[in-house]
Amino acid sequence: MSATERLSEHVREEIEQWKSRFPEGRQRSAVIAALHAVQHENEGHLTTELMDAVADYLELPKIQVYEVATFYSMFSTKPVGRNDVAICTNVSCMLRGADDIVDHVENKLGVKLGESTEDGRIYLKKEEECLAACCGAPMMMVNHKYYENLSVEQVDEILDELD
Amino acid sequence: MAYEQNLVCFSTVGEEESWSLAAYEKHGGYKAWREVLAGKWTPEKLIDEVKASGLRGRGGAGFPTGLKWSFMPRGTGGQNYLVVNSDESEPGTCHDREILRYNPHALVEGIAIAAYAMDATVAYNYIRGEFMDEPAPRFEAAVKEAYDAGLLGKNVLGSGIDIDVETFIGAGAYICGEETALLESLEGKQGKPRFKPPFPANFGLYGRPTTINNTQSIASVPAIVREGAQWFADLGPEGSGGTALFAVSGHIEKPGNYELPMGIPFKDLLELCGGVWKGRKLKAVIPGGSSCKVLPADIIMNCTMDYNSLMEAGSSFGTGAVMVMDETTCMVKVLRRISRFYMAESCGQCTPCREGTGWLYRMLTRIMEGQGEESDLEKLVDVANKIEGHTICALGDAAAWPVQSFLEHYYEEFEYMVRNKGVSMVDAAGDAAA
Repeated sequence: MSATERLSEHVREEIEQWKSRFPEGRQRSAVIAALHAVQHENEGHLTTELMDAVADYLELPKIQVYEVATFYSMFSTKPVGRNDVAICTNVSCMLRGADDIVDHVENKLGVKLGESTEDGRIYLKKEEECLAACCGAPMMMVNHKYYENLSVEQVDEILDELD
Repeated sequence: MAYEQNLVCFSTVGEEESWSLAAYEKHGGYKAWREVLAGKWTPEKLIDEVKASGLRGRGGAGFPTGLKWSFMPRGTGGQNYLVVNSDESEPGTCHDREILRYNPHALVEGIAIAAYAMDATVAYNYIRGEFMDEPAPRFEAAVKEAYDAGLLGKNVLGSGIDIDVETFIGAGAYICGEETALLESLEGKQGKPRFKPPFPANFGLYGRPTTINNTQSIASVPAIVREGAQWFADLGPEGSGGTALFAVSGHIEKPGNYELPMGIPFKDLLELCGGVWKGRKLKAVIPGGSSCKVLPADIIMNCTMDYNSLMEAGSSFGTGAVMVMDETTCMVKVLRRISRFYMAESCGQCTPCREGTGWLYRMLTRIMEGQGEESDLEKLVDVANKIEGHTICALGDAAAWPVQSFLEHYYEEFEYMVRNKGVSMVDAAGDAAA
């Protein structure tokens, strides 16, 4: 199967749109955007097949895609729960109770940081670094959306609403 | 003392839809760019104006922005690039996110002016991946509005000036805030810093002359051109022109991003933010993001918030991210968390940083777990000293400085924890008082 067939039409459109932002022959610059797009369509993680398809589509050696996929913290090369929950534990958040929030969530979900719930509903991302919302500490990011000035009750509400 | 707020980067804050072109134009937006398009400014004049304004890079290093611009070769006929660094990741720092969300047009106008001054016809804004939901779309919407208004593109308003602005979205890596790592990432590679020289002004993006500027630096440019270099310089003390966005976080009554003149006394800033939370006493402050050296209360209370004062006090202005710690803070715990960050974010290319950051974290962890030895304290400083200055980029230094300064000012807390098998001195003091 060709690379074109292995990537959805939406992903191909997305990659083409990103490629157009860079000079001719610099399509490697679109790797990160391409990986975001395929990961988004694949329940939050990348497979070797998908990375290979991106490499073929962008006409790059496969290693150039693998090395990017494994370097950046937003990419996962292992299956994860369908909702991505990342609690910042860096200094500003720690000073305002992030550790208590992590403890609470770990107990509530029965998983540790870096694990997903058994029903595949929530991926509790490994210890998260600063997400640049320090004045709204403590904070967390759920499926790319920021939630700030959190209390344990608010965290419960947000997590309970996830499908 | 009363201070006027939001004079430069946050000028539209408080307006309805402060991020719109209409709100920005109400505050003099695009006046400077229209002057440039009308031929009132040459690139040389713009560079001189920015030099005279005293604007220094707000991304942490504080390098004079105008001087950086002057390194770019101009008129060679080849492609130059401007790259904006919106990869905001320094712990404690969260003001570029606010510019992107609340006044993105200041950044767009600044990009247009800066690009023209450096003979760049293409600009990329590198936005951290985690900003993809709200800040990045806000910025892209502003760029689109500017294109639709004829303020960007080819031969803008018949001026003969071309400027195209593109957004790039990263994928999570602190190191990409380092300018050459950012270029690598923009080229679709791992974000590993390059050796310098050659500097980006000679060999940057795709090997072309490139200047990388921080978001806040660029968003300050329109006001400098509009109001004049002298106006901007006079907002702050000698050597620190303009305003800064102080991101005040931690044990503070009213955390927030405050745009205030450079040189505001720390005690006034503290008061403006409602003081230390819960009526507690101030213990320490990291004045410019976690890479800066910590300052105990008695030192910071006598500082003004600018480059010279904080340097003389033994720290630095950094990104203007002010992390406040009250008297109940365990400094061992804070340092361990900071050290974890640098271990997690080291790109791994230089041995002293890759190995050293892990050593620091593991030693601090064993001290907290009651397994520390007295010799560990000397070893911590020794490892930090062996990282500092021995790596390609400044991440190594940034990992070393907190360790050196925490041990310099709070040695007795580390020693106490080692001797008492993991018990924190502040917890013990709290229990004794109770």
